[in-house]
Amino acid sequence: MEFLSSLLPAHVAEHAPALVVVAPLLMAAVAAIMPNGRLGWGVALLTTAVSAVLAVAIVVEVQTGGVISYAMGGWQPPAGIEFRIDNLNAVLLLLIAALGLLSTIYALPSVADEIAENRQALFYSAFLVCFAGLLGVAITGDAFNMFVFLEISSISTYVLVGMGAGNDRRALTAAYNYLILGTIGATFFVIGVGFLYMATGTLNMADMAERLPDMSDNRVVQAAFAFIIVGLGLKAAMFPLHLWLPNAYAYAPNFVTSFLATTATKVAFYTLVRFLFDVFWPDAPFVQVSFLWVFAVLGIIGMIVASVQAVFQDDARRLLAFSSVAQVGYMMLGLGIGTAAGVSAGMLHLVNHALMKGALFMALGAFAIRFGVRRISDLNGFARSMPFTSVAFTIAGLSLVGVPMTIGFWSKWYLGVAAFENGWWWAVAALILSSLIALAYVARMLAAIWVAEPHHDRSGGIASARAPWLMLVPMWILAFANIWFFFQPDFLVSLTNAAAEAALNGASQ
Amino acid sequence: MNPHLVLRVVAKLLIPLIVVFGLYVHFHGDYSPGGGFQAGVIVASAVILYSLIFGLDSAKRAVPTWFVKFLAAFGVLLYGGTGVATWLLGANYLDYDVLHPDLSHHTGQHIGIILVELGVLSTVFAVMMAIFYAFAGRAPDIPEGEW
Amino acid sequence: MVMVELLAERFNFIIVIILMMTGLYAVVATGNLVKRLVGLSLFQTSVFLLYITIGKVFGGQPPILPEYGGGHGESDYGAASTDHAAGAAEYAADTAHQSAEVLYSNPLPHVLILTAIVVGVATLSVGLALVVRIRETYGTIEDEAINKADYAVDSAGRGA
Repeated sequence: MEFLSSLLPAHVAEHAPALVVVAPLLMAAVAAIMPNGRLGWGVALLTTAVSAVLAVAIVVEVQTGGVISYAMGGWQPPAGIEFRIDNLNAVLLLLIAALGLLSTIYALPSVADEIAENRQALFYSAFLVCFAGLLGVAITGDAFNMFVFLEISSISTYVLVGMGAGNDRRALTAAYNYLILGTIGATFFVIGVGFLYMATGTLNMADMAERLPDMSDNRVVQAAFAFIIVGLGLKAAMFPLHLWLPNAYAYAPNFVTSFLATTATKVAFYTLVRFLFDVFWPDAPFVQVSFLWVFAVLGIIGMIVASVQAVFQDDARRLLAFSSVAQVGYMMLGLGIGTAAGVSAGMLHLVNHALMKGALFMALGAFAIRFGVRRISDLNGFARSMPFTSVAFTIAGLSLVGVPMTIGFWSKWYLGVAAFENGWWWAVAALILSSLIALAYVARMLAAIWVAEPHHDRSGGIASARAPWLMLVPMWILAFANIWFFFQPDFLVSLTNAAAEAALNGASQ
Repeated sequence: MNPHLVLRVVAKLLIPLIVVFGLYVHFHGDYSPGGGFQAGVIVASAVILYSLIFGLDSAKRAVPTWFVKFLAAFGVLLYGGTGVATWLLGANYLDYDVLHPDLSHHTGQHIGIILVELGVLSTVFAVMMAIFYAFAGRAPDIPEGEW
Repeated sequence: MVMVELLAERFNFIIVIILMMTGLYAVVATGNLVKRLVGLSLFQTSVFLLYITIGKVFGGQPPILPEYGGGHGESDYGAASTDHAAGAAEYAADTAHQSAEVLYSNPLPHVLILTAIVVGVATLSVGLALVVRIRETYGTIEDEAINKADYAVDSAGRGA
């Protein structure tokens, strides 16, 4: 990583925080006027690669040199808009950029298959806007700017989800419902930010964090807290607010699902961490109450109820979407524990979940492009039809359950340890129960793939096909990461520990 | 005799005025209320008025769809390009001061704002037109009388 | 009397709350997709009003420098100060207090809301575009009818 970032000229590295967001925003305009989908893809690939390199440079810079603050337009914070990167959002930046790049590699065959040729360039343009918006949310240090980036990414997401209409008309209603709920969430968030601005007179989050502890009795601040939690909870698909997610993930184009499942809710979760621990402060009475009675309880209900719902799904992608809701429950539980270990475990699960869900959705996309399947019963015997894809799917599926030898084990281990340290044995019990239910739904899919009778082609042999290389490579990188980081967990654990440290002590720095 | 004669004449008189007013709002944007966003909407409203009176097809002849698409991208690039220019000149992104050496009069800020607003004008105009074309271009499947 | 004064003082906020709840109710209560978007817009608009209310400083003037009347050339000094006022907008009210000569309204919430309006317009147009597509695909914009149509397809698919 150090080697990569040392390649960048100093002039570029110094302005990397701005460029990492600006590059995809500008290239989205370029992609929009590209005459065909291949060129649009080329632009998208180039851009995500550039952003990934810049993100790595930023992360290295943060790890060696501490917090980076970049003043947009030269207006110094707190008055001007500040891009501020500490150890907490550095993780997110790295995650979004890496998965954005992998998803883009994957996109070419998948999008060519699902989207009409004359719309592909615009499709990539919308993707780049979404990518830029997500990076912007992760990087900005200004609360209102965060709202704007959140909406930039969300509005382009509605479009991307709606593009699935060519395959299944329900994509339209899914996108519409997502739009309604997402906008309500964003509006709640902006009401909360307005209240905070009323109380503190600033929009810079670091500045807010300094001023807020003096006003814990202020009702405006408390109302702001409630509005922000509900708004961001909607965006992050926190349990009772998750209703938009299953359909949106199930009917969006495959590439969109694998990109969104790995990044969009993760970014919303990051904003929750940012507000709970950094902007507000965890010792405030109303924040304390929310840990136990909002995040822990709803997180646990979410991870059990959504897992049970997942077991009864027919549609493979819908099943994984419900599983995503359950995984958000794990992260919320980590938040609810409220200690550094808990936040670290939540962040670790965030990264791990992105790696495993990315591989799973990519594998489903590969099944779909060759055999046009989406129901679990259609996955019969795919171990023999598409062995490479099936193995990747299996590794990621086992990781989702939390089997040892995969990173899913570490995230549950650290979460369990953090809960136990806090004396929350019931949370550990719920964790185990939910993992067992996860085993049930993953087993359903794996049984169909490995045990059931395979498809036959016309001549009676087993129909077999290999997914395009561009799909296999990113899928296998993710599947391999699922195993690799089990044996080398130090890299991820140190990243997330530093993130939790930054979240809890951010205000005092 | 054309039944819409009055409308046509009035519209032909009004449209240039609307466009000029839009440009006025735009070029005052750097030091008084106004700017590219408002101006873009005003200019777009002139074209929309034109298409309401003279029909969508003649509006598309005046402002073709490929031009709209191009202009939308061009505006974003102009805005971002201004930022890139300030970056290449050695300052922070969108720090307009480096655009002109005359710091005491903030000429750089003026130049920067005008360029950025020009980008906003093109994009807002183009996007308003694109939205209008997208909605108006769809053939109504409900007969005229049944709305 | 105290009650009336209290209400009069918070008149804007009462309107904001009424609009907000009306909008939210419309989103929840109606099955018509277009009406839902209308409710959503109303909901967003109430937030615009909330921000504008925050920006009001009693006795404050519009934050435009009054001596600034002429064209570009003669008034560059004035423009410079305007730039600073915009940049340090968060503290505009404070600085205005400190300089104590002229009291300005806080322009920052207006700028924020301009951005939020753009976001609202974008959301609305994407939403309407989706409704148009839904109307073309399903032939209806009533939520229940759409669900029924999807359910019919789904159960037919399962039977086959």
